[in-house]
Amino acid sequence: MSDTTSGPVLAADGRPLKASLNRALRRQKLRALMLIAPLLIFILVSFVMPIADMLFRSVENQIASEPLPRTTALLPDWDGQGTPDDMIYEALARDLAVAVEAKAHTRLGSRLNYEQTGISSLFRKTGRGVDEIGEIAQDVLEDTNDIWKERDTFGLLFGTPAWVEAINAWDVEDSQTRGAAPTFDANPNFAEQFPGTTSLYASYVLQTTSEDDNPLGEKPWPILFHVLAQELPSAAPPSGVPENLALALGEASAALNGLTLDDPKAVFLDIDDDWGDAAVWTTIQTYSPAYTNGYFLNSVDMQKGLDGPEWRPENEQIYIVLFVRTMIMSLSIMGMCVLLGYPIAWLLANLPDRKANMLMILVLLPFWTSLLVRTSAWKVLLQQQGVINDTLIWYHSTAVGKLLDPVFNTLLNAFYAFANAITWGWNLLNNVWGGVDATYFDWAAQGFERLTLINNQTGTIIAMTHILLPFMILPLYSVMKTIPPSYLRAAKSLGATNWTAFWRVYFPQSVPGIGAGCILVFILSIGYYITPELVGGTKGVFISNRIAYHISSSLNWGLAAALGTILLAVVMGLYWMYDKIVGIDNVKLGG
Amino acid sequence: MKTTMKLMATTCLTLSATLAVADGHMANEMTIVSWGGAYSASQQNAYHTPYSEATGVNIINDESSAEAVAKLRAMNEAGNVTWDVVDVVASDAIRLCDEGLAMEIDFDEQLAPGDDGSTASDDFGDLLVSDCFIPQIVYSTTVGYRTDLVGDTAPSDICAIFDTETYPGMRSLEKRPINNMEWALLCDGVAKDDIYDVMETEEGQAQAFAKLDTIKDSVIWWSAGADTPQLLADGEVVMGSTFNGRLFSLIEEQDQPVAMLWDAQMFDLDGWIIPTGLSPEREARALDYVRFATDTQRLADQAKYISYGPARASSAPLVGQHAELGIDMAPHMPTDPANATNTFLYNYEWWADYRDDLDAKFQVWLSQ
Repeated sequence: MSDTTSGPVLAADGRPLKASLNRALRRQKLRALMLIAPLLIFILVSFVMPIADMLFRSVENQIASEPLPRTTALLPDWDGQGTPDDMIYEALARDLAVAVEAKAHTRLGSRLNYEQTGISSLFRKTGRGVDEIGEIAQDVLEDTNDIWKERDTFGLLFGTPAWVEAINAWDVEDSQTRGAAPTFDANPNFAEQFPGTTSLYASYVLQTTSEDDNPLGEKPWPILFHVLAQELPSAAPPSGVPENLALALGEASAALNGLTLDDPKAVFLDIDDDWGDAAVWTTIQTYSPAYTNGYFLNSVDMQKGLDGPEWRPENEQIYIVLFVRTMIMSLSIMGMCVLLGYPIAWLLANLPDRKANMLMILVLLPFWTSLLVRTSAWKVLLQQQGVINDTLIWYHSTAVGKLLDPVFNTLLNAFYAFANAITWGWNLLNNVWGGVDATYFDWAAQGFERLTLINNQTGTIIAMTHILLPFMILPLYSVMKTIPPSYLRAAKSLGATNWTAFWRVYFPQSVPGIGAGCILVFILSIGYYITPELVGGTKGVFISNRIAYHISSSLNWGLAAALGTILLAVVMGLYWMYDKIVGIDNVKLGG
Repeated sequence: MKTTMKLMATTCLTLSATLAVADGHMANEMTIVSWGGAYSASQQNAYHTPYSEATGVNIINDESSAEAVAKLRAMNEAGNVTWDVVDVVASDAIRLCDEGLAMEIDFDEQLAPGDDGSTASDDFGDLLVSDCFIPQIVYSTTVGYRTDLVGDTAPSDICAIFDTETYPGMRSLEKRPINNMEWALLCDGVAKDDIYDVMETEEGQAQAFAKLDTIKDSVIWWSAGADTPQLLADGEVVMGSTFNGRLFSLIEEQDQPVAMLWDAQMFDLDGWIIPTGLSPEREARALDYVRFATDTQRLADQAKYISYGPARASSAPLVGQHAELGIDMAPHMPTDPANATNTFLYNYEWWADYRDDLDAKFQVWLSQ
């Protein structure tokens, strides 16, 4: 350009060319985005969001703060020594009164029971006894004036007249078609003088309307009288109250003078001594904040102690062992799959089509069989009275067998050399982590007894190798199919031995397939739990078995989510390492 | 043009079909969740078929009881409960009730009175272990053994499990602390009434684990009810614990060389819950079904098809013969007086407290 004028290059319509270009590109990008939008939204809604939601549960912690808002607001200030102040017991009495009506206290109990044994029944028991708090105050008030026996007195006192009118109008509507109940509107005069009663009455209104009842037509809870009686003597007479109610309030105030009300602390201790136990309160305190690291600590065998995180007692440490075991065994399964899958994939890629197709069907056949059937079939084969052991024993009993025993035993040992190597690795780790057993496959040393091939790690590795083998063979095959056979011939014609030709020419080209197969098999196997559960016995189970237990049986979803998050993080970490070492561009699923 | 028309027509048809199905579900269908297998078949024969005939309600079976607790919680959180009646074991029912996922039942009001005139709550008696749980059957976890592998003296009590000298070989036990710890303490000399008190202490738990340690190398741990019958049939184990109904079918229906012990059998309950969050019509129908399915005659009928004891006292005299084998079912009931001389009733409240803790310890013990 022999341009002498400065400034941006302009397009035909006078706009800067760059902006114009950008606009055209943006429109194109937007169109592309629109095209993939259905899939993107589908993946977001059905895959990313549920996973994110599940992972979020590992830190989310509304178990105590939701049903016990008043208690958990006060508890952080407690120093953890002895028993908390009376004030906290008072707050707990109010919270529990609401929770019992909403039947939320047992859920809270069963959740806290994960951390402190016995809380489940403590809450259940307390739920049955806590409603007696307030009966003294209720009796006194009802004796002074019959107005306290009316069900709507609290509503008339603590709600605004507009709210009372609205709620009565809502009540007469058809319960099937009416909308949500009008929100409680506190009488400002009262809210200031009686903050406790107002807040409790608001909870009462929420609870009764959630049951489709009219709060003005239901019996008020005894605890409302208790709180009112506490606040009444010190409160100034509120203004703007109908005459009869003001009179009742005055009478009540006089009658309450010098009277001893229920002592929530005594009531709680009377229901169960455990309410005087600092451990119970510490548990509630620990689980008071809205977010917790408790689940993550738990999933690495730690717990919250008085001075920060500490190890759990030794007889409760399990998860680290399981994580390590899951990793080692998944790597073993991956290794076995490479060893067994590579030759098969090579055959598939190099045999004439007819034979290769036949072989392919054999590879795919297990794919079409139910997972449970395949696993059960391994039981039949591997158990002590099973097919393999029966054959071995029969062979050993024959004359030929006795003659060939040394040879056979050597073969058997050679066959298991790989497993032995793993066992050696396990032994090494055994000293570090504990909990991993070692089984040597020396038949002679076992006195030609029946082999234990199932309900241990051997069983899990054999069954899972079989199940995951196709995931190794298929990517390997598709990569090998693209390696021209002429390369091998060329190498040989240039003087390479068979081994050199394979190792220097063929193998490097098949590495992307190994990479893809390894990633597939490894990631699938760390998440497996049905097969390890069925054939793994006690030492062949994975971390996923515990995750499944906490999801489906103990309902400790927070812990399950934390374990899952750690597993996900470990996989991501390994993936990152793989990318650094091998390079993810070198992974091919085919082509 | 033609394709568009076709497409539109198909869409319309699919939509109307979907609507019809949704509508049908509202009107005359209910989903009942149970365990599958022989157990569901016995319920189909004793409850579902007669109920469908009497009312015209179409019953859809779902075999998800094993995951019922987790699935119900997920459905509840999603605000879309698709199950109407769910069959669960009592401990799961208690958990569901605690979680607010199961509806509370007014037993005398909502269940049929007994045939003998007793109220429902009297008829079920102690078996009403939770406000949400309607008991259906009493089953027990007990021990079966291979008659050909135990030598001359057949086992006569539960402690044969721990006697590896007299009865060498493998045994199968359930992969959970419940039952096993009780049996271990019982065979370690703890009196039956003291077992739960002892087990509350660290020393008591250590004692139970120490007793289990003595047989740890000869145990295959099972997690599915079908495991022990298979292991016994294949001769993999000499003896093993499982549900009494499984042993009944192994011995009487499949004719295997197996016999069973009733000593120290652990009673457990299975029954119905109704999920919370159903629409009023569905709730009413679920209650109607449960009222029908748990009356005296229906409970006795189920025992024709499977050897579990009816939960109502008034049903016991009505238990007849097996529908196909024609043998008297009463002697095969765990509740039969001859079988129930020495029994445990699973202590639900205790295990609700200690289950999480002991399960963790049990898993650690297993992996050592």
